[in-house]
Amino acid sequence: MKALIIERKVSRFAAARLVSSFGSGRGAALGPLRLFDTPAPKDLGPGWFSVTPVLAGICGSDLATVDGRSSHYFEHLVSFPFVPGHEVLGVMNEAGFDAFGDPLLEGDRVVLQPVLGCAARGIQLCDACREGDVGRCQFLNVGHIRAGLQTGYCADTGGGWSEGPLRAHQSQLYKVPDALSDDDAVTIEPMACALHGALRAHHSGSSTVAVLGAGTLGLGVVAAFAFLAATGRSPRPSRLIVGARYPSQRAVAKHLGADEAVPTDQLARSVRMATRSMISGKSNGKMGPLTGGADIVIDCVGSAESLKESLEIVAPGGRIVMIGMPGKVNVDLAGLWQREVEIVGAYAYGVEHLDGVTVPTFSLAMEMVAHHHTGTLVSAHYPIDRFEEALAHAGAAGPRGAVKIVFDLGRKKATEKKEG
Amino acid sequence: MNPRPGFVLEVDRSTPPTLMWKGESFGLQKLPTGSRIVYAPEPFDALEDPQGAIRDALENPTGDQKPLSALLFAGMRLTICFDDISLPLPPMLAPDIRQMVIEAVLDQAAESGVDDVVLIAALALHRRMTEPELRHALGSRVYDAFAPHGLLMQHDAEDPSNLIHLGQTDHGEDVEINKRAAESDLLVYVNINLVAMDGGHKSVATGLASYKSLRHHHNPKTMRHSKSFMHAPSSELHSANWRMGRLIKDSGVNIFQIETTLNTNTFPESFQFLQKREWEWGIKDRMAFAASSRALDLAPRKMARNILQGIKAPHALRTVYAGEVEAVHEKITADVWEQQGVAVSGQTDIVTMGLPYISPYNVNSIMNPILVACLGLGYFFNSYRGKPVVREGGVAILFHPTRPEFHPGHHPSYIDFFEQVLTETTDPVVMSERYEEAYATDPWYIHLYRTGHAYHGVHPFYMWYWCSHAMEHLSKVIIVGGDPATVRRLGFQSATTLDDALEMAKDSVGMSPTITHLHTPPLLMADVT
Repeated sequence: MKALIIERKVSRFAAARLVSSFGSGRGAALGPLRLFDTPAPKDLGPGWFSVTPVLAGICGSDLATVDGRSSHYFEHLVSFPFVPGHEVLGVMNEAGFDAFGDPLLEGDRVVLQPVLGCAARGIQLCDACREGDVGRCQFLNVGHIRAGLQTGYCADTGGGWSEGPLRAHQSQLYKVPDALSDDDAVTIEPMACALHGALRAHHSGSSTVAVLGAGTLGLGVVAAFAFLAATGRSPRPSRLIVGARYPSQRAVAKHLGADEAVPTDQLARSVRMATRSMISGKSNGKMGPLTGGADIVIDCVGSAESLKESLEIVAPGGRIVMIGMPGKVNVDLAGLWQREVEIVGAYAYGVEHLDGVTVPTFSLAMEMVAHHHTGTLVSAHYPIDRFEEALAHAGAAGPRGAVKIVFDLGRKKATEKKEG
Repeated sequence: MNPRPGFVLEVDRSTPPTLMWKGESFGLQKLPTGSRIVYAPEPFDALEDPQGAIRDALENPTGDQKPLSALLFAGMRLTICFDDISLPLPPMLAPDIRQMVIEAVLDQAAESGVDDVVLIAALALHRRMTEPELRHALGSRVYDAFAPHGLLMQHDAEDPSNLIHLGQTDHGEDVEINKRAAESDLLVYVNINLVAMDGGHKSVATGLASYKSLRHHHNPKTMRHSKSFMHAPSSELHSANWRMGRLIKDSGVNIFQIETTLNTNTFPESFQFLQKREWEWGIKDRMAFAASSRALDLAPRKMARNILQGIKAPHALRTVYAGEVEAVHEKITADVWEQQGVAVSGQTDIVTMGLPYISPYNVNSIMNPILVACLGLGYFFNSYRGKPVVREGGVAILFHPTRPEFHPGHHPSYIDFFEQVLTETTDPVVMSERYEEAYATDPWYIHLYRTGHAYHGVHPFYMWYWCSHAMEHLSKVIIVGGDPATVRRLGFQSATTLDDALEMAKDSVGMSPTITHLHTPPLLMADVT
């Protein structure tokens, strides 16, 4: 089967890092990612099922890996060589069971909740996994499968960027409702991330929320706030302001429910206006930190610059939610200390607690995807042979007016199989 | 010899190109044959003895008011208010007319034994003046006598402890003005009547008012019903100020109004060609034009701006009246029209204007895009009596680079207005309903207005409202040489050349439009019949 594989070759990571300085996604040409004809992953035992990917998305963390820009922090949480791709819509190649224990039939469409937690690893459940909070699993590099925080980073399971099957554990499988299109379904995973991040904000109806960045995650956060309010699960923030670099992103953000969508360099100005803050001095010739600011800032970029800006526009006692995958950053935290600001991470998903009810993030995300039909955010489908183009497109999604780029791996085959 | 009156020239093949202002530069522009050019009257002669004329006015008041000396007495509270940096344009060579008048008033106050005297710059919602600007307006002798003792103030429209609510007019308009001025035994107001809308009851009712008061007439409805601001009987802005002014008078505020007209001698010797008619340019004028236009084009923008903002006008006092507000204003307005009025027969399809580097709100500052719109559509468009120079549904073609440049210290709320409001709407009514109050009450803008040199947060709205009448009247506004993205943000169209602009105007005004160019500065007001 044809699959894209990332090998542990230091020289290729270095080359990717160099080439990607000319643009995100360019690392595909010289980097560690290569297209191979490779055997399908072996059966991993009871509870594991064969799933053939149909669509697989390209996310920011994938681009960082392909470009050799991922943090060294992840070194012990991946195993090489691995097939990337954790945003996966697939079809069951055999009958099985889903995460709730309900039966799945051969040919059923499923999405992968890709975290490889204790259940998948065949070990006693850690506290987090026992609660269903798999994103906080403590044991991502032990058990009978090799290290890998998610499918798409593990040498044993295969990944989404593959024309052949991958192996998925029952705890990872969620059946896709018929009402969702394939494009809708492939956005469930990123929407789950966005939803989890939005809920990590712990906002109220009087909160001013600023969202920094309007790629898939940023737009997903906007959609999440709108969805949660529309379904009565949490109040709408009093003001939702999005800083987006490109006009097309601003238009989508407004469509999804942002009160204001402004160019990134205008975000601080808009937050100041909305919160009636003052400005304390200047910072490098630009507007200085706000005296007040947004109650919550959701950083969907994850760079030193975005964290610095988040700290400058968050209110004293406010909260910064980091959804964008950060790496090593050099930021002055004096303001964080003096203004008692909280920074919290928002990684992946697990379960959410809403009004005393505990619900898996993926279930909530499916509902949200159905509410917004976020499949409209899928801007282009590429066959796996054109992976360099696909990654370059994903790396330049904003300027090219795109949001989510996906690999089309077997939609035709899946449809034929279903009809047959 | 009497100065020559203004006139309308019809362009023919022998007409030389006309001088065209383009912000911080200027050039020569050939206008199509058959176009009309409206030239301002030549500057009237200066008074030979301005100090004598001022003293005479103070002692021989106009209307129902006593001579100044009869109003002054020992132990009284005297407040002298004066127009701010927005007048005159360009700032005049020293001594400034304010200095001359205030020195005369202070001399009389001293003779009468008045020692409780305060000077107040009547800023309304304008920026506070800097020390050099105050020294220039008042002279160092006055400045040094008052400022160190805290007796030279700048009106603070956001200081509730120094505002007094005098009541509401019969139209429900709040009248809230400077408390010290209102509670003085005598309020002397020193005006510079640069244009016909200056002075009268507007001096106190606007210059010393708060946002609570100003919002009643600085709004789109009033602006659209002021046709024009320069012609009192047709100006709702004038009517509102008069209602307020009469309430102020009825409240017992004793005002001694001093109004002055300057001649239109606008440019110093080295730039005299700027106010001459082009066919009368001599060798010296041609050389000055060539050298200065080239130098301004080549100079870094900041240097060009500094050169032009450094110009001091050789304005001279032409007339001065003092006494009762309305009587004084009636006389002075007639004088302004005499100096600036030009008879224009019939309207035109297209009006063209070269916009200079300065407007009332960017003295020693930057003419940002909102002020560009205001100068062209608020001031020049409205410089008429009878009917606008351009017909309803006609086109205005302005010349200005219209760069997205702002003075962050002077115009902070303008930046937000440009980035937030104008990206949402250019409709004055919509923006007034949706955004005005938030800007007017924003604590950061209020802080900068009170402690820095920033225009009030609501000021960009007012500038946009000034354009309301023109925007409703015109079918299209085209800015030649304007930055395309900025001009689009303003809701206008940009063109590279006049020919392109005329081509773009055709779908509004047909294939053979009539064109009229306003050759200003010097200031002119069109008496359109």
